[in-house]
Amino acid sequence: MYAALWRILPGPWFVKLLIVLALVAAALYGLFMYVYPWIATTFVPDGGTIQ
Amino acid sequence: MLGEILLTLGVVVLLYVAWQIWIGDVIYGQTSRAEAQELSAQWAQSAPVAPAPEPTADPETQTVTYEPAAVPRDEDGVPWAIMRVPRWGSDYEIKIAGGVSKPRTLDRTWIGHYLDTEMPGEVGNFGLAAHRTTFGAPFARLPELRVGDPLVIETEAGWYVYRFRNLEYVRPDAYDVLADVPQAPEVAPGERYITLTSCSPKFSMTERIVGYGVFDSFLPRATGETPAALTEGLI
Repeated sequence: MYAALWRILPGPWFVKLLIVLALVAAALYGLFMYVYPWIATTFVPDGGTIQ
Repeated sequence: MLGEILLTLGVVVLLYVAWQIWIGDVIYGQTSRAEAQELSAQWAQSAPVAPAPEPTADPETQTVTYEPAAVPRDEDGVPWAIMRVPRWGSDYEIKIAGGVSKPRTLDRTWIGHYLDTEMPGEVGNFGLAAHRTTFGAPFARLPELRVGDPLVIETEAGWYVYRFRNLEYVRPDAYDVLADVPQAPEVAPGERYITLTSCSPKFSMTERIVGYGVFDSFLPRATGETPAALTEGLI
């Protein structure tokens, strides 16, 4: 999977590396800002309240 | 191929743990504080034109006190105040919204006000709840409070200063901590209290940590001053 991705990416190795880093950053951003908050609000119980 | 997918999923799950106990709170905490700062700046801009109310001066101690301004009842999920606690950092500013529901208040990184408790400055108990972990964890540092630490509630009208008194650990159904006189529902209200509740131990729901404070003073915004409690430094 990752080997195929590396082959598909254009340019010399350092350009490929830059693109990969950008992709990783984008994936982390998506996880931290959208996916994880959604999981936390949907599945994780955490009550600080008295009831 | 399959191995790579599984490894990737493993990393994603581990990253979730890092996010849940650390990165997420940093992100939420920063946005939450920025939001509160913005609201505070707005209030400072739209300072009420009404003249400052007459203070009452104590002839013996020369201390000046103001009658706390009445706060209108709040609505579920609508922020109406900002909490500042110097012990938790000079930049600690978090919005307080009505209600303690997770989707409408607590999970939006705000501090929740138990709607059936009093408003700040009123005789009785002003009850708050917030996450101890996750979603910015506004009450993460509740156990660090020391006797006399200021707990400042800022509204459009001014600053309500409470002083921290003590901590207690109770069962989640100990509703008495929110009584007009905490833990004594049969006693008639007379004093002005604040009660902070959060989960205990961290990452658990088995108990609740409760912090109590007593009302100290009110400073109207119209005086153009900020309360000394925010700047006086901690003991």
